[in-house]
Amino acid sequence: MATKSAHHGDNYINFEKGLWSWLTTVDHKRIGLMYMATVMFFFLIGGIMALLLRLELFAPNAAANVGNVLKNGDVYNQVLTYHGAIMVFMVIVPGIPAILGNFFLPLHIGAKDVAFPKINLASWYCFMAGAALAIATFFFKKIDTGWTFYTPYSIRTGTATVLMVLGAFVMGMSSVLTGLNFIVTVHKLRAPGMTMHRMPLFVWALYSTAILQLLATPVLAITLLLLAAEKLFGVGIFDPALGGDPVLFQHFFWFYSHPAVYIMIIPAMGVVSELITTFSKKVIFGYTAIAYSSLGIAAVSFFVWGHHMFVSGQSATAGIIFSFLTMLVGVPTAIKMFNWVATLYKGSVSFDSPMLFALGFLFLFAIGGVTGIMLAVLPIDVHFHDTYFVVAHFHYVMVGGTLMALMGGFYYWFPKMFGKMFNESIARLSFVFIFIGFNVTFFPQFILGAMGMPRRYFDYIPAYENLNKISTIGSWLILTGFLMGLWVIVQGLRNGPKAPLNPWGSKTLEWQTASPPPHDNFAVEPIVTAGPYEYR
Amino acid sequence: MSTDSTTTANGFRAAHVSHHFKDATQEYDSGKQGIWLFMVTEILMFGAILVGYAIFHHIYPDMFEEGAKSLDWKMGFINTLVLIFSSFTMAISISLIQQNKTKQAAMAMATTILCGAVFMCIKYFEYSHKFHLGLYPGRFLDVAKVGAEHANLGMYYGFYYCMTGLHGLHVLIGMGLITWLLIRTIRGDFHSQYWLPVEGVGIFWHIVDLIWIFLFPLLYLVG
Repeated sequence: MATKSAHHGDNYINFEKGLWSWLTTVDHKRIGLMYMATVMFFFLIGGIMALLLRLELFAPNAAANVGNVLKNGDVYNQVLTYHGAIMVFMVIVPGIPAILGNFFLPLHIGAKDVAFPKINLASWYCFMAGAALAIATFFFKKIDTGWTFYTPYSIRTGTATVLMVLGAFVMGMSSVLTGLNFIVTVHKLRAPGMTMHRMPLFVWALYSTAILQLLATPVLAITLLLLAAEKLFGVGIFDPALGGDPVLFQHFFWFYSHPAVYIMIIPAMGVVSELITTFSKKVIFGYTAIAYSSLGIAAVSFFVWGHHMFVSGQSATAGIIFSFLTMLVGVPTAIKMFNWVATLYKGSVSFDSPMLFALGFLFLFAIGGVTGIMLAVLPIDVHFHDTYFVVAHFHYVMVGGTLMALMGGFYYWFPKMFGKMFNESIARLSFVFIFIGFNVTFFPQFILGAMGMPRRYFDYIPAYENLNKISTIGSWLILTGFLMGLWVIVQGLRNGPKAPLNPWGSKTLEWQTASPPPHDNFAVEPIVTAGPYEYR
Repeated sequence: MSTDSTTTANGFRAAHVSHHFKDATQEYDSGKQGIWLFMVTEILMFGAILVGYAIFHHIYPDMFEEGAKSLDWKMGFINTLVLIFSSFTMAISISLIQQNKTKQAAMAMATTILCGAVFMCIKYFEYSHKFHLGLYPGRFLDVAKVGAEHANLGMYYGFYYCMTGLHGLHVLIGMGLITWLLIRTIRGDFHSQYWLPVEGVGIFWHIVDLIWIFLFPLLYLVG
C-alpha cells in the first residue's frame, strides 16, 4: 500500500481515479456519494410518477381536460404502487442514513472509516440489486398492490409480486448491514475523548435509527419471504381460503413498517438538530433530552403498529391500547420540537439556505406530527381511515420532514463534501418553491380527506374538483423547486467557488478537517476535549 | 489484503489489522460485536415465523397435532444429535486454532461440514418421503388422497416447509462459510493471534443449531 501513496491525491475524490476505483471503493465518503447518485435517480423516477398521479387527479375523468393521462384505474394503481415503493424503499428509508450518515458519521466521531468498510460497500450492492429486482417487475409484469402488498390481493394478482418482494427483501438486507455497521462504529471507533455524550446529535439520531433498522427489518424480511412462499407454494399462512389470516400479514408488515417510518424521520431530526444549533450560534438546548428522545421514539415505535389496523376488526381493547401507545410517541417528539424552539430563542439566527430548510422542517413536521396524533385517536381514525387526510398526514411527515431535512443537510454539508460553494440565492429560491409548493399540494388534501375523498382512487365526484386542482398545481411548484435544487448542485459542482474551511462556523469535528476530506478523514487523529456545540 | 502480511516466526501469516483500526484488539471487538448484532437479526427473523406458528397452533390445535404425528420424530432426533455434535466440533476448532494446532482444527472443521451434509441428506430423505406421500404445503396438499382429518392440514405443512426450508438454507450457507474457513485454515491464515473469522462463523453455526433445537420440538414433538 505504501508505494501507492506517492501519486495519491490530497482528498478522497482524487485519491484514486476511474470508474472502477469508485465501484470497488471501501471509503465511506465515496460510498455515501454513490448512494447519493442512485437515490437521486430513484427520486427522479418516483417524482415523475407522483406528477403523473397528480395530473390524473387534476379533474374528474368525465371532464375533458389535461387529466386522464393514465388511461384507466389499472394503470393508475400501477403508477401508485411504484411511486410508493420507490419513494419508501429506495429514497426515504436509505436517504439520510445512507448518504449523509455514511459520509459524516465517521467524520463526526473522529474515525477513519466505518467499522466494516467492505460490508458498507456490499450494502450498496445489495441496495442496487434489490432496486434492480424491484424495478425489473415494471418491465415484466407491473405490480398494482400498493407498496404494502396486502394479502389476500397480493397473492392473487400477477406473479411479479414475488420478484418485487424479493427486491424489497434484498434492500432490507442493505438496510440491516448499514445499521449494523453504524452501531459498531459508534461503539468501537470513537476518537479519544469522544464520549457518547460528546457525540453530535446527528450521530445519536443515526445510532437510534440503526437500532431500529436492526430490530425491525428482519421481521419484514420473513414477512416478505412468507408472502413469496404463499404466492409460489400456497403455504396457507396468509390465505383465508386455506385457513390462514390476511390480517396476520398486516400485523407482521406493520411491525416492521411502523418502526420504519421512524427509520425515515429520526435521521431527519438529527440533521435538523445540527442545523438549528449551527445557524443559531447557540448551544443546543437540552442536548441529552434530544439524544435520548431519539432512543425513546425508537423504543415506543415498536408498540404502535396496531394503529394501522383500527378498522381491520381487531378488538376494541387492542384499538384503545394502540391508540394510547401511538399518542405516547408524541412525547419524545415534542421534547425535540420544544428543544429546537428553545435553541432558536435568543439565538443569533442566520437564514442561510440550510437553515431555511430546517425551519421549513419545523413548520411542516409540526403539522404532520399533530395530524398524526389526530389519527391516533381511535374514533377520529375510524372516520378518516383511508381518506386523503391520511395521505396528507404522511406526506407532511415523510416529504415535509425527511426530504426537507435531506435538502437542508445536503446544502449544509455541500462545502465539506466537495470543497465548493453553491449559488446561495438560487438555493433559497428552491426552498421557497418547495415549501410553498408543498403546502399548496398537500394542505388541500387534509380538507379533501375531511370531506371524505378516499385515497388510492383514480377518479372522484365533482365536489372534490377545485381542491384537487389546487393540489395538482402545487405539485408543479414542488417540481420547479427541486429542479432549481438540482441546478444548484450541478452548478456548484461544476464551477462553484472554493469553499472556506468552515463556511457556517460550525463546531463539530467534520469541519476541522480539509474540504473535501482526505482519504483517511483526518491528517492526525483528533483528540476531543469538549462537546459538539460550544457556541455560547 | 493478506498479500502484504508478513510471516511470523512459527510460519503463520501475521494478523492483518485493517487500516482504520488502531490495533488487533479493536478489530476483534468490533468484528465480534458485528457478528452478534447480525445474529440478533437472524433470531428476530425466525422469531416472527415462530409467532405465526404459535398463533395458528392456538387456533387449530387438532390440526397441528395431526401434522406433528405424520412427521418422523426419529429422523428429526438424529438430526438434532448431528447438529449438536457439529456445534461441538466447531467450538473445538476455535480452541485448537487458539493453540496453533492448525491440522487438528482443519479436521474439526471438516467434521462440522460433514455433519452439515449428513443433516441435509436426512432432510432430503424426509422431504422426498413427504412428497412421495403427497404431503405438499398449503393448497397443493391433496386432502382426499392423503386422507387428512383436517381440511387445512396443508397449512401445517406450509409452516413445516417454510421453517425447515429456511433453516436448511442457513445450514447450506453455514457449510459454505466453514468450507471457506477450512481453505483459509489450511493456507495458514489463522493462529493463536488471529481467529476472528473462525469465531464469527462458529457463532453463526451455533445459532443455526440453536434454531433447530427450537424447531425440532415445535414441529415434531408438540401436538
